[in-house]
Amino acid sequence: MTYFIDRRLNPKGKSLANRQRFLRRARQQIRDAVQKSLKDSAVADIGKERKIKVSTQGTKEPRFRLDPKTAGERDFVLPGNKEFLPGDEIKKPQGGAGGSGKQASDSGEGDDDFEFVMNEEEVLDIFFEDLELPNLVRTTLKETQSKQWKRAGITTSGSPSQINLVRTMRNAQGRRLALRRPSLREVEMMETELADLEREPGTEEARAKISALKEKIAYAIARRKWVGFIDPVDVRFNSYTEQPVPTSQAVMFCLMDVSGSMGEREKDLAKRFYMLLHLFLRRRYEKVDIVFIRHTHDAQEVDEQEFFYSRQSGGTIVSTALDKMLEIQRERYTTSDWNIYAAQASDGYTQSGDARRCVEMLNEDVMPLCQYYAYIEILDEREMEVFASEDSGAELWRAYRTVAAEWANFATKRISKPADIFPVFRELFKKAEA
Amino acid sequence: MSGKLLFNEAEWDFATLDRTYKAIEEIALNDLKLDVYPNQVEIISSEQMLDAYSSLGMPLMYNHWSFGKLFAREDTMYRAGYSALAYEIVINSSPCISYLLEENTMTMQALVMAHAAFGHNHFFKNNYLFRQWTNAEGILDYLAFAKHYISACEERYGREEVEFVLDAAHALMDQGVFRYRRPPKPSRERVLEKRRRRAAYEEEAYNDLWRTLPAGIEPPAVPPTPDDEEFDGDIKLPEENLLYFIEKNSPTLRGWQREILRIVRNMAQYFYPQRQTKVMNEGCATFVHHTIMNILYDRGMISEGSLLEFLHSHTSVVFQPEFDDRRFSGLNPYALGFAMMSDIRRIAEYPTAEDRDWFPAFAGSGDWVGALKDAWANYRDESFIEQFLSPKLIRDFRLFALYDKADEGAYNVSAIHNEQGYRKVRSLLARQYDTGIADPNIQVVDADLKGDRTLFLEHKMYRGIPLHHATKDLVVAHIERLWGHDVVLEEVAD
Repeated sequence: MTYFIDRRLNPKGKSLANRQRFLRRARQQIRDAVQKSLKDSAVADIGKERKIKVSTQGTKEPRFRLDPKTAGERDFVLPGNKEFLPGDEIKKPQGGAGGSGKQASDSGEGDDDFEFVMNEEEVLDIFFEDLELPNLVRTTLKETQSKQWKRAGITTSGSPSQINLVRTMRNAQGRRLALRRPSLREVEMMETELADLEREPGTEEARAKISALKEKIAYAIARRKWVGFIDPVDVRFNSYTEQPVPTSQAVMFCLMDVSGSMGEREKDLAKRFYMLLHLFLRRRYEKVDIVFIRHTHDAQEVDEQEFFYSRQSGGTIVSTALDKMLEIQRERYTTSDWNIYAAQASDGYTQSGDARRCVEMLNEDVMPLCQYYAYIEILDEREMEVFASEDSGAELWRAYRTVAAEWANFATKRISKPADIFPVFRELFKKAEA
Repeated sequence: MSGKLLFNEAEWDFATLDRTYKAIEEIALNDLKLDVYPNQVEIISSEQMLDAYSSLGMPLMYNHWSFGKLFAREDTMYRAGYSALAYEIVINSSPCISYLLEENTMTMQALVMAHAAFGHNHFFKNNYLFRQWTNAEGILDYLAFAKHYISACEERYGREEVEFVLDAAHALMDQGVFRYRRPPKPSRERVLEKRRRRAAYEEEAYNDLWRTLPAGIEPPAVPPTPDDEEFDGDIKLPEENLLYFIEKNSPTLRGWQREILRIVRNMAQYFYPQRQTKVMNEGCATFVHHTIMNILYDRGMISEGSLLEFLHSHTSVVFQPEFDDRRFSGLNPYALGFAMMSDIRRIAEYPTAEDRDWFPAFAGSGDWVGALKDAWANYRDESFIEQFLSPKLIRDFRLFALYDKADEGAYNVSAIHNEQGYRKVRSLLARQYDTGIADPNIQVVDADLKGDRTLFLEHKMYRGIPLHHATKDLVVAHIERLWGHDVVLEEVAD
């Protein structure tokens, strides 16, 4: 006896438990690999699935195996001899790879690195771990976009609760008509006719009529059985599809000082800051545009690559970046259609006198437009100790403090390591929850 | 051409599968006289195929990170297009379960059914190694038990604890099989005693709450047994099965840890016959599908198009790159196995004078079915090659033997496909398939149970080949974790 079993609809992801165990096991390697891969990827790509290359350190599965290269002797047989005669010598390949040195028995171990794909959630988990996000925030950030069920026509399959009665009955009626299903009334009429006939005295002609009528009734009843009142082919269901709830759009201005004083470390921290902001925004808005503005003593809009990786020399005038931002906003992002967010990263130095101008611009032009403006000052650990108090600091910092006092949606923060980034968003996030 | 085509299109459905299966079954049972377990054919998706890959091809498996690693790797390879999925997986169980991939065309489904449900199935049921060492009826139940047991242990003792035992046990899997004897049967009193203790434990652990679980969810099948079970003093030395020895004699392991070692050991033993019969098993299955598909075509049951599709896939399966080819990675068991099976048929039907010389027992007998069935039942790769590899095949494959001494800069060609070389090539190739030689021979020689409890292992080096140094230390560290005390591994000349 043979059975064919269709297992295709069985639950998938049988090895999910194993995968989790593996990810935990290789945690350290995977973390390093993810951080590295985040460093090399675009701001908006955070939270996409990505290929991770990890070393097998920590997930080694050692077994005893023989090592014929170091000592001893052996024989082995190979296929495909073309020119060798007994007694010939064949030089051993150097370095062990390739040629006849590669034996079937040698495989299985020794593969050092391997690549695999991590999905969005797994990547975010690791990203968050480093930023020390509170758990509640993690879950809300990972939440996918909200969706709504919308009608999407009629289908032939579905759950009984979704039956579209009108359509179903209409189909059934059409089919009954087409297949000539006798109605109950027709049968009843024939039956009364039969009863009438039977009541009358039976002539030859009447008897023939009776039997013909009986046959007709039997046929009609049988036909009613063959052609059902409702057939599975008539049934129609309302169909629904999931559609994302449309939310409005947002633009995120990334402003950064790229003068010589901003090194690799500073830029990397800034990048994480932008990534996190982007995540927040992506959760709340369907469409998020990013504009990169870099500045030294003057400002330019650039693409991401240039933003993070190219270097410019020159002085530092922060207000030029604000000018540029306002200009772009006027051209492309009207406040009626766009929510505007700005994130500025700097090491805190600006030309003397410029800070005052910045404050003016912020108070009068920028802040009225912005949903939120975050300023982070990237310091090294030593500076962090020097400026332990919030009140002390360079000129720009002190100036921005006055803005922060005035606007609730203006945040300032000093950071020197990834874990410092999140508190910048705390305010923003609280608002979202309210 | 007689008969009617079984199918005409690439698409398959269950009616066609059933019809085709019956046609294949008839040929398998009547023409090839195969003897098989009942079949259960399951259709799965590619994702489920990957799942099955990463649990060693078994439908059920306990959880361990190494399977997750395997999955991650296979998944990536598959997505990147580096590797195609196997068309099928077959499990040595009764009923014999074969997985068919849903993407296969109908021709491929027919090929796979012939290959797995009849070829492999016959081999599993009849080969002496499988009959002696594996229990096809019990394996699925045992796996279910193992899965439950290990997850119950994880719950009770923590994942890390369980992982630590499994890691170490996996490292010793190759040294966890009995090669020559069955494990000693426990005496009758001990079995009874064990049963009594287990019952007592179950009674004690019985919890009324289990009854309130929704139907379908069962409490863990057998609860982890309490500590200090069956530690007995009598040791038989030397012992080649390290897992067995440690399970029985480790001074520190607790009862559930010993049970886990037993599970891993049983898995290793279950797979051991497959490691010894790769060439024969694949050769048998490939020969069977090749013969059946050809008969189907001869009887007009499959179209020429199907035959070509089948031949295309068949030839790529039995392709053997030569040693200097970039694609070479050892002898292809499908190629060698299929060639040898076909050769036995040729020798039985149309022998040359040379064949009559070499194989007087069956050359020209005409009974190729009998000759093949005898070979499938009574040999393993090593003895099969030693017995049946013909000079013609040695010529066809252009096999040659190399002698390799570690401290010399060159290999020495010791034999090629000529009159003087046939026998030498043949027995050297046979030895290459002897797992007793390919696996390092490591034995427990002593354990100082009364003193400082040091465990002494010995690697008997075959022809002076030592263990790979780095992995040796890692595995010894694993053994020390299981044993709980010092472990000394000495390498001695044979």
